Amino acid sequence: MTEKERRKKRFDRSVKVRCEGLYAISSWREMGFLAMPRILLILGLLILPITLDMYWQRVLCIAGIYALLALSFDFLAEYVGLVCLGGAMFIGFGGYTSGVLNAYFGWSPIVTIPIATLGGAVMSTLVLIPCLRLRGIYFAIVSFMLPLFSVYIITAVGIFGSTEGISALDTLPNIWVEQYVIIGAIIVALFGIRRLVNEDIGLIFRGIKDNDQAVRASGISITAYRIKAVFIASLIGSFAGAYLSHLYGWLGLSLFAMDFSILPIAACVMGGMGTLVGPVIGAIILTPMSEALRGFGQLRVVLYCLVLIGFILYKPEGLMNYLERKYHQFERWEVV
Amino acid sequence: MDILIYGTVNSIIFALIAVGFSLVYGVSRIPNFAHGSIYVLAGFLTWSFINDLKMNYALAVLISLAIASIIGLIIYRFILIRLRGLPTSEIIASFAVSLIILEGLRMQGIAGFKGFIGPFYVLQPFIGGKMNIFGVFVDYQRLIIIAGGVVVITFIWLFTHYTKTGLSLRAIAQDERAAMMLGVNSDRMAMVSLSIGSALAGLAAVLILPLGNIAAEQGYRVLVYALAVCIIGGLGSWAGTILASFALGFSMITSTAVFGALWENVVLIGTIILILLFKPSGLMGKQKELEERV
Repeated sequence: MTEKERRKKRFDRSVKVRCEGLYAISSWREMGFLAMPRILLILGLLILPITLDMYWQRVLCIAGIYALLALSFDFLAEYVGLVCLGGAMFIGFGGYTSGVLNAYFGWSPIVTIPIATLGGAVMSTLVLIPCLRLRGIYFAIVSFMLPLFSVYIITAVGIFGSTEGISALDTLPNIWVEQYVIIGAIIVALFGIRRLVNEDIGLIFRGIKDNDQAVRASGISITAYRIKAVFIASLIGSFAGAYLSHLYGWLGLSLFAMDFSILPIAACVMGGMGTLVGPVIGAIILTPMSEALRGFGQLRVVLYCLVLIGFILYKPEGLMNYLERKYHQFERWEVV
Repeated sequence: MDILIYGTVNSIIFALIAVGFSLVYGVSRIPNFAHGSIYVLAGFLTWSFINDLKMNYALAVLISLAIASIIGLIIYRFILIRLRGLPTSEIIASFAVSLIILEGLRMQGIAGFKGFIGPFYVLQPFIGGKMNIFGVFVDYQRLIIIAGGVVVITFIWLFTHYTKTGLSLRAIAQDERAAMMLGVNSDRMAMVSLSIGSALAGLAAVLILPLGNIAAEQGYRVLVYALAVCIIGGLGSWAGTILASFALGFSMITSTAVFGALWENVVLIGTIILILLFKPSGLMGKQKELEERV
């Protein structure tokens, strides 16, 4: 062969090697290397609202909702092994609980959002408990049907404003509160879940994903742990829903819309499944993109589906895994 | 009598919708979430061939079926082939394809494309008029659906039992490795199954859509129905699919007669959840593996 073969060689950066274990705290440089990405993310999220104008601040709030949903999808799919296509159900339950409490009893959002977060999560978990016996594609299919089912029930029974929805709910005081509430929630949820999956319980979750029979053989009830995981994920989703209904001051059947199920998945695939940070960043990139295309109507759905397919086919690792590799390692081509 | 006749029609509709999905899943283990969108697409294609290009009805139907099967082929060849064996990615990718087709049909304002929105997209029935069967008026289109359903199911049964391609399809479905050792090309068979499945979705559309108007939103409903029938029957089981479509068809018609039309979907999904609770592999499911897991 005349053509010379090349291959890519990868090395860990020396600072990354030094950062493993206790030596990480040996100098400021190592600590900085570890802390920089996290600090950048937090500072970035906190500064972002100040740099935007009124319209994009609003978009940021919506992006935050999608980011929370993407986070909970990622947690369930990659750490517990439950692919939940029904993210809209969390939004719907949370949104309806807080909206109904606000509209019928006149409670203020400060009270209704926490109640709806808990209540929506409890309801979603109760609905999902029967389905937890299923796994893989079966769970995905049933969870895909649940939001539709909720819509049919609400229309059939005619409760909560039926197809019209309920309007004129209380909104949050001003745009700054709105933004920092959701950004705070993202940061808390993100770092909370990162910590959680590295604790013992996270080990069991991943065990359930990889081999549930082995977990059962160790005398651990997989259903109990799946319920815990679903509850955690639906807490995040329901908070996003409750927040959404107070953001728009309106609730209706579109809380169960397909958008809330598909965009978070696209964000996950784009950002990198299993990284937790990736989905958040993916949502913050994708939502403004789809918002900019709002004028074209349905084109935005088509567009983010194209992004989704493109990433799943050509860059399945996603953005965050790629960036992380670049940060930790350097690569060079080598002639074999 | 009312319930009996319309229940049968409804059940055949379910069977027609689900048979393509079931074929694809049974052979290649790919949950083709794009099934509903191909159904709608075939309906719109037939409509535009007839009304925009002034084609003959039969010709329009044939061409749109051909296009549907080519789309199935393309979906497998360029997208799903890279994702075989990754169930999550298969679901996500085929669902994305489905959304692209459905929402693309509703897209407006690009290159003068108006989008298929509105109530005026109606396919003509093959033969108009009604007839009286035991005191119940049934229009000819519903009778054609029954006949078409029976023909399709018989045809598929014959195809999978007596032709070489059909036998290879079943071989792959039963034991992929053994079939590959005997020289059956697994990827090509999956491609064939997806294109046949899509053509079946198109056929179902052409038969069923003259009963009402065509709307892109129907894609989601068709997908849910197909999933429902296949889950209840046991994914990948033929007899189960037909049994389940009859169970669902009659339960829906009965619940409509008893509670009213709003409740039919509630009853439908309630049935699915109940059956999955007590028998996760479906009525005729052969996947012991799944039962052991739960």
